[in-house]
Amino acid sequence: MNKVFDATSMTDLDEGVLDRGAFVSEEIYRQELQTVFTRAWLFVGHESQIPNPGDFFSSRMGEESVILVRDKASVIHVFLNSCRHRGMKVCRYDQGNTSLFTCPYHAWTYATDGKVRGIPQYKELYDGVLDREKWSLIEVPKMVNYKGTIWASWDENAPDFETYLGEAKLHLDQALDCRDGRPGGSEVIGVHKWVFPSNWKFAAENFLGDSYHNPSHRSVDLIGIGPSARQGIKGRRDNELEMAKHVWIGFAAGHGVHSAVQAMGAEYVSQFANDPEIEAYFRHCHEERNQRLGDDARLLPFTGTIFPNTSYHGRQPRNLCVWHPHSPTETEGWRFFFVDADAPTKVKDFLRRFYMRYSGPAGMTEQDDMENWLYATKASTGTIARRYAFNYQLARDQAHLDPEVNGLTVRGRVNTKMTEHMARGYYRRWKAYLDCADWDELLGRNDPRFAATKKGSPQ
Amino acid sequence: MDIKEHTPTIIRDDAYFRLRQEVEEFFYDEAAMLDERRFDEWLDLMHDDIVYFMPMRRNVKFGMHQDREDTLLEEGMSWFNEDKWTLEKRVEQIMTGVHYAEEPLSRVSHLVTNVQVTSAFPDAANATEINTSCRFYIYQNRVEHEHYSFVGRRYDTLVRDGGRMQVRHRRIILDQNVLLAKCLTAFF
Ligand code: FES
Ligand SMILES: [Fe+2]
Repeated sequence: MNKVFDATSMTDLDEGVLDRGAFVSEEIYRQELQTVFTRAWLFVGHESQIPNPGDFFSSRMGEESVILVRDKASVIHVFLNSCRHRGMKVCRYDQGNTSLFTCPYHAWTYATDGKVRGIPQYKELYDGVLDREKWSLIEVPKMVNYKGTIWASWDENAPDFETYLGEAKLHLDQALDCRDGRPGGSEVIGVHKWVFPSNWKFAAENFLGDSYHNPSHRSVDLIGIGPSARQGIKGRRDNELEMAKHVWIGFAAGHGVHSAVQAMGAEYVSQFANDPEIEAYFRHCHEERNQRLGDDARLLPFTGTIFPNTSYHGRQPRNLCVWHPHSPTETEGWRFFFVDADAPTKVKDFLRRFYMRYSGPAGMTEQDDMENWLYATKASTGTIARRYAFNYQLARDQAHLDPEVNGLTVRGRVNTKMTEHMARGYYRRWKAYLDCADWDELLGRNDPRFAATKKGSPQ
Repeated sequence: MDIKEHTPTIIRDDAYFRLRQEVEEFFYDEAAMLDERRFDEWLDLMHDDIVYFMPMRRNVKFGMHQDREDTLLEEGMSWFNEDKWTLEKRVEQIMTGVHYAEEPLSRVSHLVTNVQVTSAFPDAANATEINTSCRFYIYQNRVEHEHYSFVGRRYDTLVRDGGRMQVRHRRIILDQNVLLAKCLTAFF
């Protein structure tokens, strides 16, 4: 495949500049669909959405529709939602329970394990010609259930998911694990789906840890909408990380996160003050977590993006969001909201209401993000605009490999100041995908920035 | 206090039509307040105990619509599941002048139509509680070329105390599955 990006590029990620074509070019977008979304691990859904045999949830991978289904034997599958005969979608429901996917077109049917069950008039018209075994629904070659979250890749040579995550795993875990530190145990309580006219990478990049965009949330910060706002606390969430050292971390495979490390023996910052019962619940979770994780409990998540298009909000609010590409200038956001499955109903209700006022198209915080992404996309499509690269020089050459922060070793390339080094790293990897590089390259194994020999020197 | 849709059984006598007219006037006044951006006045029309609810709507198998099509009030995520406080916050946010999704302000028109009274208590002539249904078309134009149409049904419970009418419960049924808008900054 040709290297479309290089042909016109004014990109230099060492310098800290990126061609705007990344966000508006039809050609680059086509290349992304072929090289990024066919290989990278993509988030598909959560096991709590399909608890029983026959349960399914219609999802997406890139531009394409897929079905997440638990078969009759309780095995989870991800299938391309397209009939093998003439391509009709075999499932047009958002979710449900079924024993068969019946194609509306010529009525081929598929069992929940993807196998052809029925083909009308098979005996008279296909016998001896069509081998049913070969015409099952197309299944992803790689799929994993990671702490209840289902991820898949179309590349049979993709490394296993945990290798792909690398050191970012620890941070994603903070979003997926119970608030009291037990591993996993989350459930999805709803999915927002909406479209917005912006390139998908604006959203992905935002969650890599673009904390620099804080000014765009001034309105919610002024009025206060957080879990303690009814007590007059301003801000869009409780500032539990007030006294912590923030860390902005880039990982070799292109993931990036913004997390924080509490100081040793730090006092608990009171949260969820709107309701004393909820406050007590989370204080209890905090203490449990400390006991369970010991020193490691000092690491807390904020946001992150798992390359290429799955972002998370780790605490307040708590969700995973997938940025599905529609076109260079249009994206469909799917935000999956999380709670601990065994949390009391009252806690779930409290969180749900907070999530609704914070996140997504109806959320008072995120509305302002989308305004930025829309008009940044729009104002970058012009011929003249495209002659000028974007600037990614924020805190350049300041990250360190595996430093100690507040006495805790933090793995990855880390800065304790706001920075865009995660974005620079993300686009380095993104470019490798566009260039059809091998998996060593895609995982950043040859990237000198992550070589142990460079440990300690600023990068 | 979700109200299931059905053809109203209320007797359509003179008292009914007088009440419906009153409800229509109320909705038109409300629409004017929103379209003319008199948000504080609009908030006064919302009862202190208002439930303002917009479910998400799913594609479900035939026969499952009644139970599964719409997300439920106070159960899981919806688009809106608001009380007076959050509505006040939304207005307060616009008033900061730095809520960029509404700065500059959108141009919005609310069309309210097909207004019906579905029941009135104790009766149409002396109603203190009125259940209504209507259709809405909300047109939003933003900055230059951005525009959205929100079309659907609304089921309101109004309470009347003397001459004063307020919305006590509002269920907004938007005819969309994937939301075809980047934001829901408009009030419904
Ligand atoms: S397209 Fe599905 S049966 Fe023909
Ligand atoms: Fe933001």
